[in-house]
Amino acid sequence: MTELRMNDGTMPRMADLLPRAESPIVPKHSIAGRALIAVVAIMTFLASLTTGGVILVRSAAIAWQSEVAREITIQIRPDAARDIEAEVQRAGEVARNWQGVGEVRPYTKEESARLLEPWLGSGLSLADLPVPRIIVVRLASGVSVDLPALRRSLTDQVAGASLDDHRAWTERMGTMANVSVLAGIGILVLVLAATVLSVAFATRGAMAANRPIVEVLHFIGARGGYIASQFQRHFLMLGLQGGLIGGGLAMVVFALAGIAADLGRGTTGGDQLAVLFGRFSLGVTGYLAILAQIVLIAAVTALTSRHTVDRTLQTVD
Amino acid sequence: MVRFENVGLRYGLGPEVLRDLSFQIEPHTFQFLTGPSGAGKTSLLRLLFLSMRPTRGLISVFDSDTATLSKDDLSMLRRRIGIVFQDFRLLDHMTTYENVALPFRVMGRDEASYRNEVMELLHWVGLGERIGALPPVLSGGEKQRAAIARAVIARPQLLLADEPTGNVDPNLAQRLLRLFIELNKSGTSVVIATHDIGLMDQYDARRLVLHEGRLHVYD
Repeated sequence: MTELRMNDGTMPRMADLLPRAESPIVPKHSIAGRALIAVVAIMTFLASLTTGGVILVRSAAIAWQSEVAREITIQIRPDAARDIEAEVQRAGEVARNWQGVGEVRPYTKEESARLLEPWLGSGLSLADLPVPRIIVVRLASGVSVDLPALRRSLTDQVAGASLDDHRAWTERMGTMANVSVLAGIGILVLVLAATVLSVAFATRGAMAANRPIVEVLHFIGARGGYIASQFQRHFLMLGLQGGLIGGGLAMVVFALAGIAADLGRGTTGGDQLAVLFGRFSLGVTGYLAILAQIVLIAAVTALTSRHTVDRTLQTVD
Repeated sequence: MVRFENVGLRYGLGPEVLRDLSFQIEPHTFQFLTGPSGAGKTSLLRLLFLSMRPTRGLISVFDSDTATLSKDDLSMLRRRIGIVFQDFRLLDHMTTYENVALPFRVMGRDEASYRNEVMELLHWVGLGERIGALPPVLSGGEKQRAAIARAVIARPQLLLADEPTGNVDPNLAQRLLRLFIELNKSGTSVVIATHDIGLMDQYDARRLVLHEGRLHVYD
């Protein structure tokens, strides 16, 4: 059997003799590639947090508005000449029998008095004070209620009654909510723009290390489209890796925050959060938006690499 | 095969580095391209290799006017030309085998269809034992032979070599020259850019001498 020897007489290493699995045209593992994954992951995480935040604020704003809009208040002004208890009962009946009204809850005299405690303090005798009485009316969801007609009916049948549909408050809430959502969208646009720019520049940086490969492929007769597609595929995978790490982490953060909010129900802080953000859940739309962002950022990475290859080929020729 | 007519080249607004070049390279011929440093050898090689367009004049390669060809057409022409760079330009993440097989790979050929061909050539250039080695662990001579193997694997009609013996000892230089002569005998036209007089004296071939941007041909 013939013994295989190197030119210098030494035995060849097995690793030198056995062809390995075909290497990719663009090296898979490089420092520039790893740095790009890190940049993409960080920027996707920040953009996903912003997106999730905007979605939470928007859904909370809608919830606040609908909660306030679904509740109206009937106020019965006290008058020594009239029996206020009878008027409360009468107004309650009018409201209860009105189409679209879900729940009617008249506040007792004690309950009405307690509403004044924050201003007057406790322990005071309010028996002689002309404290108005309140009836909270919850409207049934999904049914439109003719509030002007209800107002007229109440004032016709109960002398001291007035109806407050919180219109001014609802409008202010609406304006505030819209401003919050618009500000959130503005921040989101800026964060997305910063993400796209930083990912594009990081991709160009990573591509600089691959310039010799582009040149060699070009010189051995590879078409521009072939070279560009090799890099585009490679950088798409890098972008997806980074995007999935960053976006996935953001999804985990939101999921954990949702679980923590659910567990915190009943505590003061938890209830306050629930009032502000509802269930603190992104919902399917939120998670889909984060997934769309991951795809967008990966596409930016891939397209930037293609553009850089095209530019490199222009300078080589 | 290659025809230059009144070709001139300048970089940007600078002076012309190549002036009024008119010559032909016929099939199956062997020529040295020489001249002092800075005479424009590399620029002329780049024009021959279609990686640069002249400022003026006509370059016809394989009967095609290069000025009228699209980028993809130029890529197809480039596949018929092999080039050996002075600095080898091997891809460090690929094995010797993969580097040599790269021209076939970019053509979209299946690995099984060229495996034997590549292995045979690697043995012929003395790299049969180094097929799985990566370029960083190859010696200068091994890199040079791998670069030559990559340039000739697709059986180009024209082989261009830029200072192919610049980084090797005289012994290896002689072996490489023999390799080029063998390639020429098998039908490839060869242009070797060198300023090594000793190398040129070893083989009686046509000389293209560049001096101050002008070309003098000694048949």
